[in-house]
Amino acid sequence: MIEIFLAIALLIAFTILLSLYRAVLGPGVFNRVAAVSVIGTKTIVLLVIIGYYFERPLFFDISLLYAILNFIGTLAFAKYLERGEVWS
Amino acid sequence: MNAKSGKGFGILVTFCIMFLFWLLLSGIFDTFHIIAGIICSAIVAFISHDLLVRGKGEKMLSKSFRFFIYIWWELWQIVLANFDVAYRVLHPKMPIDPRIIEFDTSLRSDFALVTLANSITLTPGTITILVEPERGKFWVHAIAKKPADALLVDKTMQSKVADVYMEW
Amino acid sequence: MVIIDVIVTLFLAAGIFFMFTGVIGLLRLPDFYTRLHATGKCDTLGEVLIIVGLLLDHIYYYVYLLPEAPLSVKLVPVKLIFLIVFIFLANPTATHAIMKAAYKTGVKPWKKGDARM
Repeated sequence: MIEIFLAIALLIAFTILLSLYRAVLGPGVFNRVAAVSVIGTKTIVLLVIIGYYFERPLFFDISLLYAILNFIGTLAFAKYLERGEVWS
Repeated sequence: MNAKSGKGFGILVTFCIMFLFWLLLSGIFDTFHIIAGIICSAIVAFISHDLLVRGKGEKMLSKSFRFFIYIWWELWQIVLANFDVAYRVLHPKMPIDPRIIEFDTSLRSDFALVTLANSITLTPGTITILVEPERGKFWVHAIAKKPADALLVDKTMQSKVADVYMEW
Repeated sequence: MVIIDVIVTLFLAAGIFFMFTGVIGLLRLPDFYTRLHATGKCDTLGEVLIIVGLLLDHIYYYVYLLPEAPLSVKLVPVKLIFLIVFIFLANPTATHAIMKAAYKTGVKPWKKGDARM
């Protein structure tokens, strides 16, 4: 049963590799910001699975914190690209 | 916004919610941690109490109850939405026909606009682009003709959200 | 093989299928706005399904079968439910914010019959 989690984690790592193509190549800055947000979302799930596989309940708190950081990072990027500054 | 009574009520509700989060996330119940939790929750509640609770609001209990019932219908729509997107992406001919539409609604309060914008983003084939709070106007990017018609012609989602917040 | 193992495997398989669909959409669709459709919807649901699968596994093996576990192990499902609620609220908002920035800066949408951009 525990090997299924390892297989799922390897598949998620493969999808992170696939979305790097859009992060490197995407014409313009908006495609790159969207791809980085996708990679951040998948990192959250990867942290939860690793925390479950290695039996360390501390990783669930870290993934909660990284979800908040990823959200605020994407919002800051969007505000800067729209107005030219983050705080007016 | 009312000056005195709204402020005290806001600080108390924010303090209770923050302290509840502290207790549920830590799981340790000895003296040092509980006192540290009370101090931290009080500081956060003083600094940012007007972000969570705005004014007094009327009939909050019945609105929360109807909102809880609305969430279950929306979860089913989310599952349908993802099967629709999966069909459009994995089909070898990719049947998409994107367009941008705009429409008016009768919702004016903050919570109702946010609920409708999130529901439009999570349901089949549409994403909210711009919201104008004075006239309740929405700009929406739709991916094909059928989801765009479900918003423009049928108006099922707008009437359900207006039923939850009672702002026909 | 207990029945809960089959249910958890179904949830995990559905979650990873939706994640693959999201990434294939990111690579295959012709325009920025349509790519956000694929990732904003499929990523959110795939994540939530995987975390719900892990939640069911944890509740069965660590809370129901081991009643003498310490309290910090019994409170892990609460943290995962916070994570699910936060993801449901935060991912569509971030998608909407980046789409609004693109629309106001003047990125052109794709109509049927244009070249790929």
